[in-house]
Amino acid sequence: MRWEWLPKYLPLLMHGLGITLLVLVFSVVVGFIFAIPVGLVQVTKKPVWYQMAVGFCSYIRGTPLLTQIWILYYGLGSIFPLIPGMRENFMWLIRLDAIYYVLFAFTLSFIGYEAEVLRGALASVNKGELEAARAIGMSERQVLRRVWLPSAIRKILPNLAGDVIGQLKSTPLAFTIPVMDLMGVTSKIRQDTYLVYEPLLFLAAIYLVLTFLITRAFLYFERQVPARR
Amino acid sequence: MFLAAATNFAELLSLGDKGYGDEMLWGALRTLQISFFGYAFGLALGLLGAVGKLFGGSFLRFALDGYTTILRAVPELILILLLYYAGTDSLNALLAALGRDPIQVNGLIAAVVVLGIVQGAYSTEILRAAIQSVNIGQIEAARAFGMSPMQTFKRVILPAMMPNAVPGMCNLWLEITKASALISVVGFTELALATRQAAGVSKQYLVLFLVAQAIYLTISIVSIKLFARAENKYRRGQQKLAEA
Repeated sequence: MRWEWLPKYLPLLMHGLGITLLVLVFSVVVGFIFAIPVGLVQVTKKPVWYQMAVGFCSYIRGTPLLTQIWILYYGLGSIFPLIPGMRENFMWLIRLDAIYYVLFAFTLSFIGYEAEVLRGALASVNKGELEAARAIGMSERQVLRRVWLPSAIRKILPNLAGDVIGQLKSTPLAFTIPVMDLMGVTSKIRQDTYLVYEPLLFLAAIYLVLTFLITRAFLYFERQVPARR
Repeated sequence: MFLAAATNFAELLSLGDKGYGDEMLWGALRTLQISFFGYAFGLALGLLGAVGKLFGGSFLRFALDGYTTILRAVPELILILLLYYAGTDSLNALLAALGRDPIQVNGLIAAVVVLGIVQGAYSTEILRAAIQSVNIGQIEAARAFGMSPMQTFKRVILPAMMPNAVPGMCNLWLEITKASALISVVGFTELALATRQAAGVSKQYLVLFLVAQAIYLTISIVSIKLFARAENKYRRGQQKLAEA
């Protein structure tokens, strides 16, 4: 085992950790917000939106994330330059940087998985609670904000930790398109130093620690939510 | 224009030298192959792991806890790289110790073993939970009849645990068909890598990736249908679910 490369690459690894955490936090937060309407239309069976939401969720959950990342980066990325005027304006700059594709792909993926979870939770909320809320004159929007969503979110809280860890565990896929996340930095170290195992083992240890921290953080949050069990 | 696009599409996916249909079909076959054998290997490991966790000694239980905890906490991609290099290296070190020449490890076998070891950790937990869901009185009754542990397992535990194991096993199968795409990072040409290579040559990234995703989606949808049928079959004669 040789570890003398570690001090030299530590700043780069910290940068990679930053990118990985950015991808994780951005996709989870933004994804969760967008997952709410996608889950909701599947419960209310709103025509057209319902079919679109179901189709979207099966697509995201039925195809590998790797191919979703590639189709956005290589597929859409190869179409953008064909649009007239695209090369002149600022969108051209965005097209160049892989991190935007990664953020987009991971957010879409989290929407797909979380909307399915939210659909189940929203459908399982006690109908009486919703009827009571409507009976005292709340608008549909108020019912959703004050009664329906809070009790659905409370139901999924124990599973949310697992979903976030699942998302964390897919973040290394970002390195398959040029992004310098933890995995990208690690493969650069492996190419520079010709070491096979040490950088990968170090990376595995970082992910173990991150998983442990997320589990702990969610246990803490769960205790903050008053619930009758 | 539509006709021209359709002919281009047909030519792109044709089976001959010009099209990439044969390469992608072969890739899809490879995906199914490594998924299926990896899944079977993972289930075998999972069954041993589950039995070890439930009936094993304290050291075995500790070791299995370590296996399932670490393998489920580290991303599959990293595990695949680690196990692939570690596996091929240690095999060649072993051969060198025996005085043989190093060999080039068969990509298919390496992929199956690596995916199986990763899946084994998840299978262990799912099968352990399913075995635990079997009414202990039934197991005691089987023992009281004088059945051997093997007979108890085959005649009582297995039929009773299956309906509870099938949904988890379905998820595992869907997971491995998608995780098999990760094997492409060690250079094994399955559907994802075959598509990427075909797209790299033809520059038709969008169309070819969409076709590949359609294949993955078809595999998923057909699998879900088949597993639902299996669950119905095993659920027959069992206690009804509360919400059903």
